Amino acid sequence: MILFDHVSKVYPTAQRPALDDVSLEIEKGEFIFLVGPSGSGKSTFLRLVLREERPTKGQVWVLGKELNRLSNWKIPALRRQVGTVFQDFRLLPNKTVFENVAFALEVIGKPSSHIKKVVPEVLEVVGLDGKEGRRPDELSGGEQQRVAIARAFVNRPMLLIADEPTGNLDPGTSIGIMKLLDRINKLGTTVVMSTHDSQIVDQMRRRVVELDTGHIVRDQSRGVYGYAR
Amino acid sequence: MRATFVASEVGNGLRRNLTMTLAVIITVAVSLGLFGASLLVRAQVSTMKDFWYDKVEVSLFLCSKGSDTPSCAGGQVTPAQRDQIKSDLESLRPLVQDIYYESKTEAYARFQDQFKNSPIVDNVNESELPESFRVKLADPTKYDVVASAFAGRPGIEQVNDQRQILDKFFRLLGGLQLIALLIALVMLVVTVLLIVNTMRVAAFSRRRETSIMRLVGASNFYIQLPFLLEAALAAGLGAILAIGALILMKSVLIDQVLAPSFQFTAFVGWDQVLAIAPVMLLTGVGLAGLAAFFTLRKYLRV
Repeated sequence: MILFDHVSKVYPTAQRPALDDVSLEIEKGEFIFLVGPSGSGKSTFLRLVLREERPTKGQVWVLGKELNRLSNWKIPALRRQVGTVFQDFRLLPNKTVFENVAFALEVIGKPSSHIKKVVPEVLEVVGLDGKEGRRPDELSGGEQQRVAIARAFVNRPMLLIADEPTGNLDPGTSIGIMKLLDRINKLGTTVVMSTHDSQIVDQMRRRVVELDTGHIVRDQSRGVYGYAR
Repeated sequence: MRATFVASEVGNGLRRNLTMTLAVIITVAVSLGLFGASLLVRAQVSTMKDFWYDKVEVSLFLCSKGSDTPSCAGGQVTPAQRDQIKSDLESLRPLVQDIYYESKTEAYARFQDQFKNSPIVDNVNESELPESFRVKLADPTKYDVVASAFAGRPGIEQVNDQRQILDKFFRLLGGLQLIALLIALVMLVVTVLLIVNTMRVAAFSRRRETSIMRLVGASNFYIQLPFLLEAALAAGLGAILAIGALILMKSVLIDQVLAPSFQFTAFVGWDQVLAIAPVMLLTGVGLAGLAAFFTLRKYLRV
């Protein structure tokens, strides 16, 4: 699903590499937490998977493709198979819940008959049925994140990238979001989630990869957030 | 491809960026209007050249009694000289198309007709006017061939080319056209800069949408298309305004003001206006499209 082969990333203005010789394999169907302090390289890792950045050294394989050799015009096809969720939701404030999810399908040219069919389905999966006509500012943070997850999942991607999806949410709401991500994972989508939330990591008992200053310092299946507890 | 979705994006974009869109429309209209006007002046010059060069002649004035140029030192032209000149002119065919001899009597009649309201007629008598050969050339630009062959020959007082007088006038028009063209080019540069800036603002004000489009895997083409269409639409509207101004120039300024007062010459026809209009439209839309395309490549990268 994802394979990092001795990947280094040095930003032009940085003094030390953001990622330093990282090798990692993520299998299909896995649920994996990416933990580590700010600046440890989590975001760079995710940006490399999405091909928003290119590695300085090494190879990044996503969904069977080596991203360095992927020509620019094929990137959209890759991103259609990878859903993304962010800490700040990134919804369009002037569109309703339905329109926000439909937008993801409209811009890749899906016919409106298809949109009318799949959007209500995915809204039901994320538990937002009945709120199709609301606008983002009428929703709670947790509900907004559900809209974002619905948008990321509406194409039934093979892979879901979640960059601190619970970072803006209170613990109770976060648990709901985690249950939703778990459900999506059980539907067959590989989930890679970066987080600072130790409670969630400890509760879920999934694979944990810890990054520190660009190195992988820990890779545990069924791990917890940190050693020191 | 969903046409309705793209269309609504274009509509939203134009409405949101209304002032900039208006600015683009106006600058495109002004710059293309000048551009079209300069093309029209050029068409006018070439129309007038066609019209006048067809009528201009080279005149070979022959020596008469009072002539004081060196070639007339032998006094009035002799019949032998005159016949020699005529046969030499004949030998220059086909460059020389028509040869017409104007005698003193005919010259006097024409002089009287041209200046019939002027007292000067009374002071000139027939013998003072030179006889001449009027030569029409197949190619009026080859005047030099005739001039070098005949100027300074005994019996010829002067070789005159009417084209030279016209050329001064055409040079003036040509200069005006060049100035209009230069201003138009400067305005077109301004227009391109404005479009570049408008696209930057548009891309910035919709960065949220475009970043989501990128994330969910919309193709570059799909992301850029609404912006490109907006630029092309604004430029197209500007071009249509400019073409309207051009049509107004032709139908009012030329047909109703200039043509009735200057009946002796020809003016550009609708066919030439019709040829210029698509050039303006393509220039406007093409420039806007290119400017937008290269700006977006920078600001809406994958």
